[in-house]
Amino acid sequence: MRGAIRLVGVGKSFGGTEAVREVSLDVAPGEFVTLLGPSGCGKTTLLRLLAGFETPDAGQVLISGRDVAGLPPHRRPVNTVFQHYALFPHQDVAGNVAFGLRMQKRPAAEIRDKVARALDLVQLAGYEARRVDELSGGQKQRVALARALVLEPEVLLLDEPLAALDAKLRAQMQVELKNLQERLQMTFVFVTHDRDEALIMSDRVAVMNAGRVEQEGAPDALYDRPRTRFVADFLGVRNLLHVRVLRIDEGLAQLEAGRLRFAARDDGGYRAGAETWVGVRPERVRLLAEGASEAGAEDGVVEDEIYLGDRTDWVVRAAGHALVVAESARGAQPRGRGERVRLLLPPEAVLRLADGDGV
Amino acid sequence: MTARRQALLLLVPAALTLFVLFVLPQALMFEASLGRRSAYGGIVHEWSFANYARALEPLYLGIFARSVGLAALTTGLCLALAWPVAWWIAFRVPQRHKSALLVLLVLPFWTSFLVRMYAWIVLLRTEGVVNAVGVAFGLPAFDLLYNDLAVLIGQVYGELPFMALPLYASMEKLDRRLLEAAADLGASPLRRLREIALPLTLPGIAAGAVLVFIPSLGAYLAPDLLGGAKGVYVGNLVQSQFAVARDAPFGAALSFVLALLVFVAVAAARRPLAAARGL
Repeated sequence: MRGAIRLVGVGKSFGGTEAVREVSLDVAPGEFVTLLGPSGCGKTTLLRLLAGFETPDAGQVLISGRDVAGLPPHRRPVNTVFQHYALFPHQDVAGNVAFGLRMQKRPAAEIRDKVARALDLVQLAGYEARRVDELSGGQKQRVALARALVLEPEVLLLDEPLAALDAKLRAQMQVELKNLQERLQMTFVFVTHDRDEALIMSDRVAVMNAGRVEQEGAPDALYDRPRTRFVADFLGVRNLLHVRVLRIDEGLAQLEAGRLRFAARDDGGYRAGAETWVGVRPERVRLLAEGASEAGAEDGVVEDEIYLGDRTDWVVRAAGHALVVAESARGAQPRGRGERVRLLLPPEAVLRLADGDGV
Repeated sequence: MTARRQALLLLVPAALTLFVLFVLPQALMFEASLGRRSAYGGIVHEWSFANYARALEPLYLGIFARSVGLAALTTGLCLALAWPVAWWIAFRVPQRHKSALLVLLVLPFWTSFLVRMYAWIVLLRTEGVVNAVGVAFGLPAFDLLYNDLAVLIGQVYGELPFMALPLYASMEKLDRRLLEAAADLGASPLRRLREIALPLTLPGIAAGAVLVFIPSLGAYLAPDLLGGAKGVYVGNLVQSQFAVARDAPFGAALSFVLALLVFVAVAAARRPLAAARGL
């Protein structure tokens, strides 16, 4: 059970505002779990509940099978990599990394050994005597990581540790962190608001909204099948439509959003006459030339072009809706603003979404 | 006009003031300290170090030692009293109440030091407030006034804000996330204090210590009003040389020895103060 986490109905309020509501989550030993969500969704509070900086108002927090209620931060078998590093300015790199070992009153020789190995692990060998204010952002990040890893915690908590790095360094650190985690077989709980970061690094992602975990799952499962409007929106499903279900026949749900009519593959969740939300990823919408006579295609007009290098996003107005259509650079045709096109929402690309929290 | 000349010009008023009101009087005093007392209390300008030799006689060295002791005790007690208060205001009090509490801290400054020392007389004298309360609870009346303890109490009371304010300022600057990080790495509250809070507030401690130690070294009013007949401190000694013994040269020499002690104290606090700029 070493390294396992179990949250049962955890809640936390700050002066009447519920930051975390009834969160239940299980993390297996050695798993890389990411709490993903916008700022204010409760992900950092959840991390602080694990670290012991906050105490839950309700529910249970178990780390390695042990209820940690009442355990102050300095007695918990977890360590944290903080968003702003929180390196001690009055100590050099080695002093920072050695801090936790000194608190455990380990012998000096052992401390020296472990510090050297930890710095080696984060590729900062030879930086022992540097002052922390002489380091670059990426190096500070590595020192913060080494300082936590050197204690071999049962769980490592990471609070948006890459947020302050530039894009290129961030991409590099993402891969490094993931490799490191796999090598150490250590449980990582990672907090981020960056969707791509979560998908790249995690074994499992828990998407949080307004204090709740709305959906959790493997990155690909989450990406392919978001269950709620919020999760879909956060994971890049940019076409969200409020629809009425007209009827269901032959495995297809016939939907209507204003003047726009299209079909969705029936997953068993549609009820004729009911209203619901659906979403379609921009890259799953097909653009056809004007006059193409494919069944179910709608007439549309190109309103905007967003060139992104590897792909182009078109904003197409069709039946009163502005829909985003993405075409990869190679498949993209030159189109002008105002050009008439036809637009097809394939039934298998339409995702049924619950409106609020949960399904 | 070059920037350099501009800078010099801007410094002229301050430099003139400093010269006329500090350097010149100090030079005159130093010259006086080398002379000797005339029969009628004037100064005979015959230079020698006799006054300095006399100032280092055991009798006067003892008084210097008492003064250093008073200043050290005052500084230590102020630190012990002000540190928790400053910590409480910096870390425990909601932001909206902080300025009100800081005003309360400096409120005694609205009254003159002299009046505040008289207030302590009212509190501490044999028929005073403290004894009245004690007697009401069945305790005997104590002689609380006119001794070294009364001097220490008055001095600590008078200097406390000078310790509390720099401490508070350095604590406000202390990043509390560092304390969280230390806790996360296994540091108990006591170790967080020793490993993080103390070293990082050292500049405030040093500044407060200098601000309390120096005036306490030359303390005059508290010993004069609250102290006993035998409890002479160097501040009173200097005063009596000028005003009572009419021996200005010796008083001046004592003052310069005192200044030397202050210089040593400031030099001792320089390193932590310099470290503050490095952080």
